[in-house]
Amino acid sequence: MPVYIAFFTRHGRQQMTPTISTPEMPKAKKPKQSTRSKKTRTAATAETMAAGQRDISVSEFFAKNRHLLGFDNPRKAMLTAIKEAVDNALDAAEEGGILPSIHVHVMQLSETRFRLTIQDNGPGIVRAQIENIFGKLLYGSKFHRLKMSRGQQGIGISAAGMYGLMTTGKPVVIISKTKKNKPAHEVVLKMDTSKNRPTVISDNEHPEDDKLFAEGHGTQVSIELEGKYQKGRQSIDEYLEQTAIANPHAKITYITPSNETIVFPRAIEELPDEPKEIKPHPKGIELGTLIQMLERTEARQLGGFLQKDFCRVGATKAREISKSAGMTGQTWIKTIGHDEAEKLYESIQKTRIIAPNTDCLVPMGSKALLAGLLKEVKAEFFAAATRPPSVYRGNPFQIEVAIAYGGDLGKDDSSKVLRFANRVPLLYSQSSCSSFKAVAETSWKNYGLTQPRNSIPSGPLVVLVHMVSVWVPFTSESKEAIADYDEIRKEMKLALQDCGRKLGTYLRRRKRMARESERRSVFERYIGEISRCCNAITGTDAQKLYKALMKQAKRRTDEADAQLDDEGKVVDDGGRLGIDEDVVIIEGHQEQGGGEDTLFGSLKPKKKTKRKTKSKTTRKRKAK
Amino acid sequence: MAKKKTTKKKISVNKSQKTRTRIVDKKRDAETIKKIETLTGKIVKSSLAQREPNFEIPTRSISNMKYNKKKRILEMGDATQTRSLFNLGQSRKFMQSLLLSKGCKTLIGAEKTLSLRGMYYMGLHTIPGTKEKTFNDQGESDTILEDLEVAINGLREELHIFAKKRGTMVGNITVVDNGDEINCRKMGTGGYAIPSICEPNIMQFKECTADFILHVEKDTVWSRFNEDRFWETHNCILTEGSGQPPRGVRRMLHRMHKELKLPVYCLLDCDPWGHYIYSVIKQGSINLAFESERMAIPDAKFMGIRSKDYERLDLSDDVKIELNDRDINRAKQIAAYPWFEGKREWQREIKTMLNNGFKMEVESLITKDISYVTEEYVPARLKEGDFLD
Repeated sequence: MPVYIAFFTRHGRQQMTPTISTPEMPKAKKPKQSTRSKKTRTAATAETMAAGQRDISVSEFFAKNRHLLGFDNPRKAMLTAIKEAVDNALDAAEEGGILPSIHVHVMQLSETRFRLTIQDNGPGIVRAQIENIFGKLLYGSKFHRLKMSRGQQGIGISAAGMYGLMTTGKPVVIISKTKKNKPAHEVVLKMDTSKNRPTVISDNEHPEDDKLFAEGHGTQVSIELEGKYQKGRQSIDEYLEQTAIANPHAKITYITPSNETIVFPRAIEELPDEPKEIKPHPKGIELGTLIQMLERTEARQLGGFLQKDFCRVGATKAREISKSAGMTGQTWIKTIGHDEAEKLYESIQKTRIIAPNTDCLVPMGSKALLAGLLKEVKAEFFAAATRPPSVYRGNPFQIEVAIAYGGDLGKDDSSKVLRFANRVPLLYSQSSCSSFKAVAETSWKNYGLTQPRNSIPSGPLVVLVHMVSVWVPFTSESKEAIADYDEIRKEMKLALQDCGRKLGTYLRRRKRMARESERRSVFERYIGEISRCCNAITGTDAQKLYKALMKQAKRRTDEADAQLDDEGKVVDDGGRLGIDEDVVIIEGHQEQGGGEDTLFGSLKPKKKTKRKTKSKTTRKRKAK
Repeated sequence: MAKKKTTKKKISVNKSQKTRTRIVDKKRDAETIKKIETLTGKIVKSSLAQREPNFEIPTRSISNMKYNKKKRILEMGDATQTRSLFNLGQSRKFMQSLLLSKGCKTLIGAEKTLSLRGMYYMGLHTIPGTKEKTFNDQGESDTILEDLEVAINGLREELHIFAKKRGTMVGNITVVDNGDEINCRKMGTGGYAIPSICEPNIMQFKECTADFILHVEKDTVWSRFNEDRFWETHNCILTEGSGQPPRGVRRMLHRMHKELKLPVYCLLDCDPWGHYIYSVIKQGSINLAFESERMAIPDAKFMGIRSKDYERLDLSDDVKIELNDRDINRAKQIAAYPWFEGKREWQREIKTMLNNGFKMEVESLITKDISYVTEEYVPARLKEGDFLD
């Protein structure tokens, strides 16, 4: 946590009285009276200043700056709390190799007070860790490793608990069960903000809670907090819907404040591959980090350090780096000071090192992306594209894009961009997000859509952009937007263009089909007349002539037939879409003249639609 | 040909005093039917062979016009356009063409004739299963009929179609129209209405004593001449074409000119429209270039009104009608036509009119005296022999 510490120290002397004063809150240390409050200005001496200089705990900092974590207003706070809990739940279940089943219950207690209960079927948490995980900021398993996961910092869920505590004074209740034959623990805990330490209020074994966990393991967390429930954009409903899209292997049950039950069913019965943990890539670290790593390493000689603590560095590369830094592989780590470290850093930058291995990334894959989107979006055209992995600042990442077009999507509005990072939907700060910018920068006009200047395209379009990485560069701790790295944006645009081309092909073909069937209907209208006339003039059999002309009319407008075969699926239009497995086209889609303007139509339990979603998987062809 | 907008009229051939049917040229009719059948037969054949059904129509536009300097008439070039069923823009017209072909065949078979408007009604019906009508208005069917004429290389008369009667005649001539003898000297104030079909099988010239033909633009002027018995005093035939003369009038003039060897003089307005009427009588029209041979009178002369008449006759300022932009453009267009291009006098005439900046109607001479035109103007021109060619 070097960044934060530096930050606090610098601003330390400006710390003032905490403004939050809930009765339950542990009393913060009385701050010293600031010299500034005196009317007459008395020059502070180093000694008086020193009296005011002290440590600030992380939790104290974030309690005051809770907007940094996404707790700016009651509505957003409630969403953030659910988001953190659901992210953790999904991470836990996946790491445990379990298909996630998650229950989210939002109960309205009064006008502004809610109780959120999130339950998962993960492996559970051992008793000793419960208070640390839920009662301590920046405590977790995910920060120090480079592995693709939803959570990163270890702030989320404890911050949600802290927010609940601050606004309602109510502690967090955690029930966790690790094994069938072990009893569930119920832990009630508060956070001591000033010390960033959990305080356990009660800790009971609850055998009756066993029935909570049908599978014999899992965790349930309840937080009471001040919030506001509202549907529509950036709502809990939207978040869960999008989570369902990005996690088609998860089943999510959601009980709304109005006591409705919404089930987002599981679309794929297999877990995504377990992402691998990787070591940092030499090119991806900064000098400060390097120095820190040198201090902490267990290796005793430079060669060992380079080979063991980094990826993609073998004996040869280690020797090369050491040599160009004026050292050898046998140089003792202890002897490396600041100057040497700097040399080492420069030498790393100069050396050619192959890109980090990318098997640490587990993208959703086109198939799952399409499955997720198909499940929640009622459109007629779906396409997906997955880019090969790439690297920014030494961190491997991969971009996936899927689009849905037409069908029940709103025709007049501008399109919607669904942003995801490591399968987590991003709902806020859209315009500062790299993926949004990539969508706006792509020229959709080429693909038959209208696009206002410097804006995302308009029309019945949903664009899904997903970034997976061992370390997603968020613009803030609240994880709202992906930072704008050129490498990332470029990859996003390439993937968008790939999907766009497929859409363009589809739209052009659809237009052509409409034109052809229009043409055919004109011809057919006149063919009857013509056969009768010819019959009257030359005595030719009118029926025979009619049939011959109809046959010819059909042949001349056969492109209109592309969609008319039995399965309602494009057979092969001599081209690309029919045999592309990354494209799903739903034909005969009836437009429901609907009053519903929401993104995904109805929010009611997903009915099984009769749509046919066959996609050919015979052979894959690269869309050129 | 200007469009005829009128109610359908059938020639009431059976109502003549004697029980005599219309004269029918069976041989010619059989030929026409054959032509229609050939055209349709080709379409049927290619349809059954799964080839594109289509037929060729000679292009009727100025681009496909040739001025035959030797014959001094307009002739149609060789350019044709294809009309095919499987072309979105031509599909409907293709259907209409066949519809009217069928109508014509029925008509010829029944040995009857119909007006253009009658043909429109004959082909008119709603296409089964739709709300679409086969024709939206008479204009649509008129153009298709003209296409059909050129496509099968048969005349309107041969298709048994006639246009509204227009144009009148009076003078020292006796004609036989469908067996009825008509003495054009005894036509009262109304004159003899020139029929739409003046083919030799229907119309014969029995006897003629006239020396020339005077064709005037419209019936108001014609009435003036008739009332003053001009045809009697100057021994001529007096015709009128109600503006742009219809085919019947032109065919009549042509036949009288050719068969009776009568010179034709035209008294028309001094404006681009007058000039163009003269051009049509003389060389034939662009739209009906295929009939020029049967209608054009290359020796016809333009008598007036001339642009110099304003000064020559000392007319009052009141007769001036200012040229508008359309007139000016049209005048320039006419001056550029190949059959006007080489004629210096005509170029001067049009230039003078443009320089004057005004046009004049034949009626403007009335400002001098009611009968000035019949008593002074035309006799003077005839005497001087001052005509434009």
